[in-house]
Amino acid sequence: MQNFEYANPGTVAEATGLLGATWSDAAILAGGTDLLSLMKDYRMSPKRVVNIKSIKGLDKVAKAGGMLSVGAAVTIDDLMEHPAVRSEYPSLMQAAHGITSPQIRNMGTLGGDLCQRPRCWYFRNGYGLLGMQNGKSLIDAGENRYHAIFPQGAAKFVSASSFAPALIALGAKLKIAGKSGNREADLASFFVAPKSEAEREIALQPGEIVTEILIPSAGGSKNATYEVRHKDALDWPLATASVVVKMNGSSVASAKIVMGHVGPTPVSADKAAAWLAGKSITAEAAEAAGKAAVEGAMPLSQNAYKVQLAKVAVKRALMMAAGLSV
Amino acid sequence: MSDHQDLKNPRPAVSRRGFVQGAGAVTGAVALMEEEAQAQAAGKVMGPAAMAITLTVNGKPLKVTVEPRETLLDTLRHKLEHTGAKRVCDRGTCGACTVIVNNKVSYACTMLAVDAVGKKIQTIESLTANGKTHPIVPAFHNNDAQQCGYCTPGFVMAAKGFLDRNPNPTYEQVKDGLGGNLCRCGTYVGVRQAVLEAAKKLKA
Repeated sequence: MQNFEYANPGTVAEATGLLGATWSDAAILAGGTDLLSLMKDYRMSPKRVVNIKSIKGLDKVAKAGGMLSVGAAVTIDDLMEHPAVRSEYPSLMQAAHGITSPQIRNMGTLGGDLCQRPRCWYFRNGYGLLGMQNGKSLIDAGENRYHAIFPQGAAKFVSASSFAPALIALGAKLKIAGKSGNREADLASFFVAPKSEAEREIALQPGEIVTEILIPSAGGSKNATYEVRHKDALDWPLATASVVVKMNGSSVASAKIVMGHVGPTPVSADKAAAWLAGKSITAEAAEAAGKAAVEGAMPLSQNAYKVQLAKVAVKRALMMAAGLSV
Repeated sequence: MSDHQDLKNPRPAVSRRGFVQGAGAVTGAVALMEEEAQAQAAGKVMGPAAMAITLTVNGKPLKVTVEPRETLLDTLRHKLEHTGAKRVCDRGTCGACTVIVNNKVSYACTMLAVDAVGKKIQTIESLTANGKTHPIVPAFHNNDAQQCGYCTPGFVMAAKGFLDRNPNPTYEQVKDGLGGNLCRCGTYVGVRQAVLEAAKKLKA
């Protein structure tokens, strides 16, 4: 790891003041569970590291105006202990349980989960986010079993966040602080597919900090997350689906389905969700919605199996939301 | 050879490592104390040069000089003679470096030493301190919970942190609770039994 300056600001304004105009000027440290590995591997070598854990309020979870406000530096463990999360958002609890290491849950933060870099082994080994060499995709030609089944252009890595699918399905927004003021962004538009190595996978600019995650009340709707992983021990999922279903009696009034780890951004399955409207959730309906959700998938040479996993993840998430056993 | 010391005597009077570090430590001690007070003021930019910090390890304040890039694990092992926590993957995956920070199990390899200032750090050395042995230690012996032993200190600390929060665990809860530690020898069943045995002893 290259050495760096270190700062421990106490306010958001101090923190943004310490960030720079480019990514190599400064990096934001929260839990450090991704940043330290990136720095040890020289994927990131910032001149300065700005620890945001001492900023007052960034570690708070609070109900505010019908929303649940979660500070970006709230740890996964603290999130799981919050009564509102436990009672209202099974979807978030299930996503949190998928992070099977207590150490990571104790150190890692919700903001960090959203801003972590992709796990793509071409990226982690220094070939860039797109893995292009001499105009050709190393991902297409090489090992791609864990890559996207919904690639977007040259972006074939998968978004690494455990919580993004659940939060997007719930309609979450982010509060982002910058040098010239604050802005709010829909989480759905925060994840982007980079077109060149100059771009990142999230719509955060150098000099900005995600400060808060605002989650609308689940208000009577049902939500669930189902993850497919390789093993019980700590690993990123192979495919995830998160659903939010508003019921009208025994039939679906409206639904939102978001799949994770299948594309460079979380993938919303809007057609499948629309198809569910007016139907009651049975194993057959959930299966059909799963099938519709993976329509148009474009698997690479080694990952067609992920189409089946994503389909089953959608089916099981819907069944869990409906209270059926899976 | 301080990696292989008797657990009951974790800090030998003289070791090669300690001797090498000791040379030059006295020079500039006063200047470092001043620098430390400044460095810990919020908002101030520190480093990249080495700075003096104080880490609270097993209840004792220990002064040490670190660069910002040094992890808590390397500082504990190389500068503070606490070699119980092991450096294996060094990427926050295997758990061999597990320590308890502010009552929560944490990967020492994935925390900067400067980030651990002001926090309560508990290492495996504390489990046999002052002539008292934590029940988790004999429980590992009794249940054959180690083979090569390299992951063991991390597992022991993960188990200790787990039992602090879950005094009446089921086997399944133990399995989940130790999900952040890996053992290439495959001693998981013995480790889980050891945790259940220690839970019983702690209640007795």
